[in-house]
Amino acid sequence: MTEKTLIELDHVTKRYTRGRDTIEIFDELTMGIEEGAFLAIMGPSGSGKTTLLNILGGIDSPTSGSVTVGGQRIDNMSEGALSKWRAANVGFIFQFYNLMPMLTAAQNVELPLLLTDLGRSRRAEHVKTALNVVGIADRAKHKPSELSGGQQQRVAIARAIVSDPKLMLADEPTGDLDRTTAVEILEMLQLLNKEFGKTIIMVTHDPEAARFASRTLHLDKGHFVQEAAE
Amino acid sequence: MAIWNETVAVTAMTVKSLPQRIWVAIVTLIAIAIVVTVMMAVLAMAAGFDKTVAGAGGVDTAIIMRAGSQAELNSGLSSEQINLLAEAPGIVRVGNQPQASPELYVIVDGIKKSTGLSVNLPLRGMNPIGVELRKDVVISEGRMFETGKNELVVGRAARQQFAGFDPGSTVQFGKTTWQVVGIFEAGGSVFESELWADAKVVQSLYNRGNSYQSVRALLDGPDAIQKIEAYAGNDPRLNISVQTEADYFSQLSKPLVSFINGVGYPLAIVMALGALAGALNAMYTSVAARQREIVTLRAIGFGGFSTFVGIMVEALVLAFAGTLLGVMVTYIFFDGLTASTLGQTFTQIVFDFSVTPELVVQAGVLALAIGLIGGFFPALRAARLPVVDAFRNV
Ligand SMILES: Nc1ncnc2c1ncn2[C@@H]1O[C@H](COP(=O)(O)OP(=O)(O)O)[C@@H](O)[C@H]1O
Ligand SMILES: [Mg+2]
Repeated sequence: MTEKTLIELDHVTKRYTRGRDTIEIFDELTMGIEEGAFLAIMGPSGSGKTTLLNILGGIDSPTSGSVTVGGQRIDNMSEGALSKWRAANVGFIFQFYNLMPMLTAAQNVELPLLLTDLGRSRRAEHVKTALNVVGIADRAKHKPSELSGGQQQRVAIARAIVSDPKLMLADEPTGDLDRTTAVEILEMLQLLNKEFGKTIIMVTHDPEAARFASRTLHLDKGHFVQEAAE
Repeated sequence: MAIWNETVAVTAMTVKSLPQRIWVAIVTLIAIAIVVTVMMAVLAMAAGFDKTVAGAGGVDTAIIMRAGSQAELNSGLSSEQINLLAEAPGIVRVGNQPQASPELYVIVDGIKKSTGLSVNLPLRGMNPIGVELRKDVVISEGRMFETGKNELVVGRAARQQFAGFDPGSTVQFGKTTWQVVGIFEAGGSVFESELWADAKVVQSLYNRGNSYQSVRALLDGPDAIQKIEAYAGNDPRLNISVQTEADYFSQLSKPLVSFINGVGYPLAIVMALGALAGALNAMYTSVAARQREIVTLRAIGFGGFSTFVGIMVEALVLAFAGTLLGVMVTYIFFDGLTASTLGQTFTQIVFDFSVTPELVVQAGVLALAIGLIGGFFPALRAARLPVVDAFRNV
């Protein structure tokens, strides 16, 4: 596999102004993430991990600097264009799964496909495939409230991969799960990374979870601290 | 096609999530239903009363009373005045016979079926020409009273609302005894609240001598009222007022019309504002409760438009369900409901609430406005929720 850069951050600065206070999260951050990486990002609370995911995933934009994903600048896209870009290029995985409670597992997984031009039967095929990959096809007709936390996260992962994006972003994906279930989910992400070539960026505060990644970065005060003591 | 799928899916999700907020939804729905009901009841009352009272009077029929009388009850005309009026210009004559009916209007006691309470009913003494002068009078049961006999015909509404007026029965008013010989209809007008008998019989039973209280007369043209007024003005014995029946009835209906304008509409408007506040509250609650779902969908790539439409549809569903409930309640409780109110003459005027399709449309438009406004601002907020919140624990 050749090392190809999927994501490039170039002098990215992010500031929040709250009243008269200005909080600087990133100051001139420059970094690259290669395609096919499984990257864990660790760091103290408030260090900007979620902000970084938001910027990489095109749901927040940097105050200055450029963000390039797959050769495409996303920092200066309009909101509508970003929305379409996200639908096609990014799968999101959340700590609390963020499934739609009124929909079945299969309907939840189908959501991203509703933004494509696929017909009903093609959508059903894709949903079935995604549910099979995460090993939860037998729960397709269940509502989230009828599923355990681990099962819900599997459904959420199926939703994230169903439109086959290159990039997956996960914020504390095991933060709400017990150890055994967490390991299952992390192995699942590993599988998606190794077998399906997904580039995965996972925020976690758990060193055990970070071990499943191929590389760990430590974020502190807006900077990456290389290989801090574990 | 994708935008259609997206919008349909978001709308379906929004509506499907309604049961999670069922109580807020039900309260909103009921508030809208109450507004619809009040609005329709007020309008139905106005329409019904209008049909009964304002619609009763003809513009080609005059009612002549003593000058200064507000109503027939406190009017009085002597036999001399009646004879002079028989010669008046402006009144249609067939052969030598003026098309006029000198009439008496006395109050008798009746029992209201719904309450069992005693109420005042108008008994009108008239002649056959008087019957002719009322529009659309038909005898629906039995026959007309005969001259010189203690016989009554009873208006359809009076028979329905008050006890003891079935044809064939005998009724007692004070010392007088009457035979009910028939039921008449008069196009749903105020006359259906009356009892009719031969004027001469009423005169003798109520010791009225040869006097009357009013004259109904068929006018021969648009300037007939002026002709009669001029005729009376030249004769000091004719101290009378003359007006068309239409004018007379519209003046009679003033108390209820001013009640509807002064109480009914303001009440409906205040309640509509209350329901609007309720709808806004319900929809803001809905947006807040579903904040995480909404921003998650936005992160996945769903647009603000579908979010907006979803919330609007939820509000409109509530408004529509509220309208449906309100219309149903109104139909069940108010349509054809016969109400009686004291007319200015202190007698009972019986009228039907009429719930017409136009009323349904009017109330529906009001509910739709509540739904549109009550949905719009929350929908706007929903569409503008910050997508960055998807990864934060909202
Ligand atoms: N919308 C916002 N306005 C102001 N400050 C914010 C906003 N979002 C995040 N922050 C601040 O940015 C910093 C980084 O937040 P975040 O990326 O969520 O950190 P982490 O995920 O590492 O805990 C925190 O200090 C947080 O308070
Ligand atoms: Mg965070």
